[in-house]
Amino acid sequence: MAYLFHTDADRAQMLASIGADSVQQIIDQQVPQDVQLQRSLNLGDAAGELTLESEMRRLAAQNSSASSHACFLGCGAYDHFIPAAVDEIASRGEYYTSYTPYQAEVSQGNLQVMFEYETLITQITGLAVSNASLYDGGSAATEGVLMALASVRNREKVITSEAVHPEYRDILEAYLKNIGATLVTVPVGDNGDSSAIISAIDEQTACVLIQHPNFLGRLEDVTAIADAAHSKGALLVQSFDPISTGLLKRPGDLGADIAVAEGQCLGNPLQYGGPYLGIMACREDLVRRLPGRIAGQTTDRRGNRCWVLTLQTREQHIRREKATSNICSNQTLLALRATVYLSLLGPEGLRETASHCLRKADYAKRRITASDRFDIVHDGPVFKEFVVRDRSDDVDGLLRHAESQGILAGVALGQFDPSMNDCFLVAVTEKRSRDDIDRLAAVLSDAPCRSAVASA
Amino acid sequence: MARDTSKLRYAETHEWVDAGDDGVATIGISAFAIEQLNDLVYMDLPEVGKDVAVGDEIGEVESVKAVSPLYSPVSGQVVEVHTELPDNLDNLKEDPYEFGWIIKIKMTDASEVENLMDHAAYEKQCSEAG
Repeated sequence: MAYLFHTDADRAQMLASIGADSVQQIIDQQVPQDVQLQRSLNLGDAAGELTLESEMRRLAAQNSSASSHACFLGCGAYDHFIPAAVDEIASRGEYYTSYTPYQAEVSQGNLQVMFEYETLITQITGLAVSNASLYDGGSAATEGVLMALASVRNREKVITSEAVHPEYRDILEAYLKNIGATLVTVPVGDNGDSSAIISAIDEQTACVLIQHPNFLGRLEDVTAIADAAHSKGALLVQSFDPISTGLLKRPGDLGADIAVAEGQCLGNPLQYGGPYLGIMACREDLVRRLPGRIAGQTTDRRGNRCWVLTLQTREQHIRREKATSNICSNQTLLALRATVYLSLLGPEGLRETASHCLRKADYAKRRITASDRFDIVHDGPVFKEFVVRDRSDDVDGLLRHAESQGILAGVALGQFDPSMNDCFLVAVTEKRSRDDIDRLAAVLSDAPCRSAVASA
Repeated sequence: MARDTSKLRYAETHEWVDAGDDGVATIGISAFAIEQLNDLVYMDLPEVGKDVAVGDEIGEVESVKAVSPLYSPVSGQVVEVHTELPDNLDNLKEDPYEFGWIIKIKMTDASEVENLMDHAAYEKQCSEAG
């Protein structure tokens, strides 16, 4: 980031031009005394660049990250391999400095990227149309539901499952509570079947939101849920893992009407939880309800191939408060990264990556359960993530111990559901080596546990 | 038999009304409005059975760069909707007063038609706008 300075003379000139004596005077005029901090910020003394840089390095070294530790964290954000070409292409100035261009300045190059991104998304979802991206997987899931509510007239009930990411459900709830829709959340059944969700669907249901593979890593019976929804005139919104489409059937092939996803896994780094990439695709007849931008291919008056933003009348700058959505921006730079990533992998590479995840997750399951201390909570197929129960019920201590040994072993599930206080979610991507997994199993089984300490 | 446009009534928002003796008004949008909208791409229509009052929004027409609402010029209940129209918007341009009818409304107060412009007044509005 550029270092911008301003001198006392610069400050005096700026203050003079607005007729103020000091910055404090401006603050005093606008901010009541009782909400002012009344002391300086605790930033320490001014430091030279050399000192400052080494201090920043010291602070940064305290982080445990996917580059310093073997990372088995998942829960919607994954440490997948990113080919070097992704950074190289995405960092070109033409793309990097125009990350969310508006109509007036959007270039043919950016439009072509959007078009190619959309094409790839329709290919991995098996649905006819995609937008040029949304903010993240959670906002995409909510926009998918809002879109379904607008498409199915005179129905206000939305059904979802506890196996949908809790943060996605929080976003959904926040949106729905002010628009008169009813949100019904179905508990996760012990046996993982879809009968609870299917029996909740009725003639008032506008749509069903599910996740497959779900928040706990398990595979859902999407086709059965889609059939049940369609038989009652409701739509199915499926949140999916883009990498999983290398092996699993695509949302469109399973019967989903709208597919949404977190696209971070496609060539985007973890970057502390954001910015991320919201993927959204739908059946062709729903295109007018699809929020966000859509780039289309056409020909100019000389007959050359070119690209345009199309179907803009759905958007806020034309339709105002009746727009399909308040989202009128997108994540072009991250969509570009996903486009480069998917282009580099191709169908074969995606299948290979997915297959590594599946096999390595299976190996990790077997290694972890070799210790009597751990159970795998759910039987049945998973893709790259699974729930482990710590019989010693000391998940926090266990994860802290693993971190001290250079392993981010998983995400504690008690923070989302108190009944899962003794459980954590382990994600295994293609980046984890056999050695990483063996070390994970060894560190977990050797971890001191609270009960052992107490009885000693 | 072609609809006689000189006998129609018109709303300021460019809907035409052909009030039948049976209390059913046939409603469309004028050739002038269609010309102004240019390149129509989409039309959204109400459902049969919907109750409407004067000025209520009954649907919308969309061109490449703009969306225009359709307003009901009379009060009553929608009794028929021209469902073939949205798939044949080109024909709307060629024949706005016959093929281009949009909905039929069973009027609750036929005298409301008297509040609408006659052909001459509407022509005047269009020439001033154009």
